[in-house]
Amino acid sequence: MEGVLVGLLQVVLAAAGAPLVTGLLRTLKARLAGRRGPSPLQPYADLRKLLAKDAVVSTTTSWIFRATPWVLVASMLAAALVVPLVVSRPGLAFAGNIILVMYLFMLGTFFLALAGLDAGSAFGGMGSSREVAVAALAEPTVILAVFALALRAGTINLGGIVEHLRTQPHLAVNPGHLLAFAAFFIVMIAETGRLPVDNPATHLELTMIHEAMVLEYSGHYLALVEWAGSMKLLLFLALLANLFFPMGVPDRVALLPLLLGLLALASKLLVLVGALALIETSVAKLRLFRVPELLAGSFALAVLSVTSVFLLR
Amino acid sequence: MAAVGYLLAAALGLGGAALGVAGALGHAWTVRLPALLPLGGLELTMDPLGGLFLALVGAAAVPASIYALGYARGDARGLLAYVLFLAAMGVVPLAANALTFLLAWELMSLASYALVLHDRRAHESVSAAWVYAVMTHAGLACLLAGMLLLGAWTGSFAFADWRAAAPGLAPAARNAAFLLLGLGFAAKAGIIPLHVWLPLAHPAAPSHVSALMSGVMIKLGVYGLLRAGLDWLGGGPPWWGVVVMLAGAVSAVVGVLYALVDHDLKRLLAFHSIENVGIILIGIGAGLVFRAAGLPDLAVLGLAAGLYHTLNHAAFKALLFLGAGAVLHATGTRNMEEMGGLVKRMPWTAAGFLVGSAAIAALPPLNGFVSEWLTFQALLQNLRLVHAGLNLVFAVGLAGLALTAGLALACFVKAFGITFLALPRSVAAAEAHEADGPMRAGMGLLALACAALGLGPSVVLPVLGRVAAPLARASVVPTFGDWLTLRISGDFASLSMPAVAAALAAAAALPLAVLTLAGAGRRRRGYETWGCGRLVQTARMEYTATAFANPFKRVFDFFYRPVKQLDIEVHPESRLFVERIAYENPTRSIFDDWLYRPVLDAIHRGARRMRAIQSGSANLYLMYILAALLVLLVLA
Repeated sequence: MEGVLVGLLQVVLAAAGAPLVTGLLRTLKARLAGRRGPSPLQPYADLRKLLAKDAVVSTTTSWIFRATPWVLVASMLAAALVVPLVVSRPGLAFAGNIILVMYLFMLGTFFLALAGLDAGSAFGGMGSSREVAVAALAEPTVILAVFALALRAGTINLGGIVEHLRTQPHLAVNPGHLLAFAAFFIVMIAETGRLPVDNPATHLELTMIHEAMVLEYSGHYLALVEWAGSMKLLLFLALLANLFFPMGVPDRVALLPLLLGLLALASKLLVLVGALALIETSVAKLRLFRVPELLAGSFALAVLSVTSVFLLR
Repeated sequence: MAAVGYLLAAALGLGGAALGVAGALGHAWTVRLPALLPLGGLELTMDPLGGLFLALVGAAAVPASIYALGYARGDARGLLAYVLFLAAMGVVPLAANALTFLLAWELMSLASYALVLHDRRAHESVSAAWVYAVMTHAGLACLLAGMLLLGAWTGSFAFADWRAAAPGLAPAARNAAFLLLGLGFAAKAGIIPLHVWLPLAHPAAPSHVSALMSGVMIKLGVYGLLRAGLDWLGGGPPWWGVVVMLAGAVSAVVGVLYALVDHDLKRLLAFHSIENVGIILIGIGAGLVFRAAGLPDLAVLGLAAGLYHTLNHAAFKALLFLGAGAVLHATGTRNMEEMGGLVKRMPWTAAGFLVGSAAIAALPPLNGFVSEWLTFQALLQNLRLVHAGLNLVFAVGLAGLALTAGLALACFVKAFGITFLALPRSVAAAEAHEADGPMRAGMGLLALACAALGLGPSVVLPVLGRVAAPLARASVVPTFGDWLTLRISGDFASLSMPAVAAALAAAAALPLAVLTLAGAGRRRRGYETWGCGRLVQTARMEYTATAFANPFKRVFDFFYRPVKQLDIEVHPESRLFVERIAYENPTRSIFDDWLYRPVLDAIHRGARRMRAIQSGSANLYLMYILAALLVLLVLA
């Protein structure tokens, strides 16, 4: 019963909190650039507006195009049941580990890339092709970073990693651990389409990746796609926060630890969002064919992190 | 007439599958017919490993034969070869001595050769069949050499005697036998660089045969590897496993890289077979290393992961080949650049192909995900090996498997998206027709199998564990959790596919219900695709398969080594008026250029030298025979 409640709490948190994270990131970016920027709550208003609008659907498209937003939302919500957001082992933690979470994200990417091709416009195809290229090249880094974590924790269950690493606070200054963190951070940037891999604010056709894929979406479909996108960002940030720095994530389901866990999560997310905003305002977008070099760099970091464990034991 | 034959083949498959499942569960028996053959006679033995592969052959034969009722209607000539092919594949896993094995193995090769050659007038089929025949017999030569050596060292051709005598053989002899047998089986399994026949032969065969060749026949190479390495020779040093795992990792990555830039739908699938056999070998290699390192529970996990992927690949690859066959049947082409929009003309085929694509891209909750997940868990547990070198090999396996998974996802976005979505790119695609009843039934069965193997690992995995346990010399079969949840090595990892599927379904249904009740999505209107203000949309404006694969060609250009050929014809009056532009950007195969071409050139050069002694004079030839006889007599 408690498990079900915590699972629901996590889903509600991911679903309701995700737009706030995106909004906060935009506000911080605007402030860093010297603008006033919109309120952090603006994404909620955007979603409400989109939900109320008519959807215009290309007559070239098939059922894949209309089903994709639902698949996206479903895969993110299902991932929210497994990822340790407020407790180390939420209700559905037994259902899978971080590899399941990554493959749930890939399920969304797969359908979104198909939807990009479905309208038959060159922009959509361009976006799909680039998105899957970036996703494919990021995958080895993900797995090796996970491996580095598993090596230090002796398990690959998300809850197990959190519980084990919490007993080793000195890892926060361990260079090998931090290398894996850096590798995973770069993967997060690539997978969620942030600068310098992709510019979420651009609408210049030839440089878009994610935006080109979703160009044909409007109305409530677009609302769902945007919502799923911000949930993905939130989940990735929460993974970074709670897996690499698991301080303050409670095991038990009780009111006080839960509140403390929420507070810890919020503060960690705030730090990560701040770091992301800082990066996004200080670097320019990479040319598409420089992105593989960045990903190769992150792969090298992950390899170093793994080898450091083998050589130092 | 042919219809009756294919129905009979389906019934035969069903019987074989039932027999195989019983065998895999432990129902053992032996049949001996000593009078039928020399050197020990015909001998068949059922054991769990043989039973599993017999079940695979039988279970794959059912949907393929049903599909053939619609696809190969009236093709009575192919029927005989087809039935022989099935029967031979069923005998291979049961064979209990060398002669029985080799006869069945060769019959399987010859029958599939005849099936590859079914279109005798097409130049492409003839050359494909030729390459196939050469490669398969090169493999057979290695097998024969390995088996003769084992026979000479142990004094018997019965596999039971090899099993008993193997521990007493010198390490060098065991290594030599493993390498020879491994090479022979790798050629059948399509391991890089012995894969060259596969992308030629699989597309040339009729699609239900391609499904069986890809889904089952190449798996018998995997079977042979398991049988030879772990049963006949009883395991070996860790480097056997390292070689198998690295060969698997290279095959997986190289196979999917070739598939990405190939736009022939069936050849693309053939390259993915190379990739998937690679994934299987990564798991099996991990099992071999763990076994040599004295970790039998992990060895069982690695082998079971490989065996699970063997079953899964048979299900989704057969489904994809049958889907590709339906597309070929409907449009008359295998070139993806001439397809498009088929999801509207062929909704059932598209749905089947989508299931297959999602399964092979390892997306939850389908079957490909389960076996890749298991392989990952087996590899990740190398932290229990205390040997930095082996750990790094496992890290290579992990990174290779991850890259393969990512690239396979990209490739099947291309395969499904370009083939089935957007506007049709040719008249044939615009006028395509849906597959008929039996073809749809064949695909439907396999799609169900993909879903069942995805949702039911708690049923399948313990069986595979029992098959793998004797191979891993594990006294205790490890448990894999309860009916709902797989648990790997205690708290190391867990996975519950029913829970994942239920969570996905609920997570899609809940927002759908809420938003529908709230009234969103009721107002929807159709309009044309946005295109920067251009007037009409045509298929020429769509992204092509070539364009889709271009980022990969750029990123991996050291591997593809593409050549750019730009040919511009201008108007004679002024070079500003371009009349025609031809652009080609073909890739070059490393293996053709650096391995096969030099070897073939050397053979040609040698043959030219040999011409000196071939004068055409019968007297001279008689003298050669006499000289050879004298030399042999002197030597004897």
